[in-house]
Amino acid sequence: MRRVGRLLTGLMDSPARGYEAPDSVEQAVALLSAHGPAARPLAGGSDLLVQLRAGLQKPAVIVDLKRIPELSAVVLDDEVLRIGAARSSAALREEPSYRALFPGLLEACELIGSEQIQGRASIGGNLCNASPAADTVPALLVNEARCEIAGPEGRRFVPATEFCTGPGSTVLGLGELLVALHISRPAARSADAFLRFTPRSEMDIAVVSAAARVQLGEDGRCLDARLALGAVGPTAFIAEQAGDALRGVSPDDAALERVAALAREAAAPIDDKRGSIAYRRQVAGVLAKRALRVALARAAERTRG
Amino acid sequence: MAKHLVQTRLNGEPVEFLCDPHATLLDALRNTLQRTGAKEGCASGDCGACSVLLDGRLVCACLVLAAEVEGCEVTSVEGVAQAAQLHPIQQKLLEHAALQCGVCTPGIVVAAKALLDRNPDPSEREVRYWLAGNLCRCTGYDKIIRAILDAAAELRG
Repeated sequence: MRRVGRLLTGLMDSPARGYEAPDSVEQAVALLSAHGPAARPLAGGSDLLVQLRAGLQKPAVIVDLKRIPELSAVVLDDEVLRIGAARSSAALREEPSYRALFPGLLEACELIGSEQIQGRASIGGNLCNASPAADTVPALLVNEARCEIAGPEGRRFVPATEFCTGPGSTVLGLGELLVALHISRPAARSADAFLRFTPRSEMDIAVVSAAARVQLGEDGRCLDARLALGAVGPTAFIAEQAGDALRGVSPDDAALERVAALAREAAAPIDDKRGSIAYRRQVAGVLAKRALRVALARAAERTRG
Repeated sequence: MAKHLVQTRLNGEPVEFLCDPHATLLDALRNTLQRTGAKEGCASGDCGACSVLLDGRLVCACLVLAAEVEGCEVTSVEGVAQAAQLHPIQQKLLEHAALQCGVCTPGIVVAAKALLDRNPDPSEREVRYWLAGNLCRCTGYDKIIRAILDAAAELRG
């Protein structure tokens, strides 16, 4: 019965459906501009196909971005790692040098769904889907990723911190698409980390997540610290005051307790089936502290190495 | 509705088919190409019953549009056995009685093969994590894991 119902609905309200697989950014922009909101860009499809199936999206045209070489490429030069927005998580994981540079970001990639999901899902799609609980977003924020956007007016860059504007919404305008994420190589004696709390160890959505990046001075004090929290606000965000509290100080237990308190204050979660407000606040503090400890240990190791 | 023409390779053989532009690869495999090994469980990428390889990478066929596989190499469970000779993973699943209703089995065979092709000597933990996206509601996981470890040992010789 369900299948018949869906078929009838399909015949009645979406007579013309199309699939386009352009091989250049310019063609993709032209297609997205021409069709406007009736077109949906497709990267890995692990969100879009579920939304199609549930009837949450009824695009006239799907614009598959995976045939565009720029969107599937990853390039590491002396300064920047440039990750094509449609590069699958599984393909990204295969190059060990990226993990060596950004272990926290790669940990976040590995936590997205199953092997099957990672075979398709991309960091770019994860960001564009703009879920408050998206796994890779906090790691992009602490690493000061810059989003390369192409549109009818040409290219522009937006900091990842400004890309998501609310649950499911982004700064992308009509005809625009995310082309790549640019992340500068880590500074000397710095490292990142990502932690997520879920009831199950796999195949689950974050109750709270935290990413950290720290830079140690030669004297062992913390030169710079950035902390991002996920699933405790309408978008993942940088907890500015929590990061600031570590700057210039020795990252001892007392300092980390102060950071945890500031992280709990910064968290603005909702009550839902995955956790209550009070519980999420508490976990935000715990994860903030733990993520910072992991990042500090990695930075210290890089200092020795 | 305009149909989309797709030319691809399925289990080593060239195939071409027509599909609705928004139909999934799973729809095309089961309903157009009559390869019913991949199963529809959840249709949302959670259960893994429709696992196939796309250019060697493990994916859920329910989360791939049929139109996307133009020019690709698709491997479904039908391509795992060599004629009448079961693949060691299939043989070991039988020997360990590692299936009951069998709906998850094709996906598990494809996923396990993808793992053993990459890592011939996985730990039990690695097998369990790799199969996190393959649900078995008859709860036969222990036998499945033992069968795959046994198959890995046999394949190593």
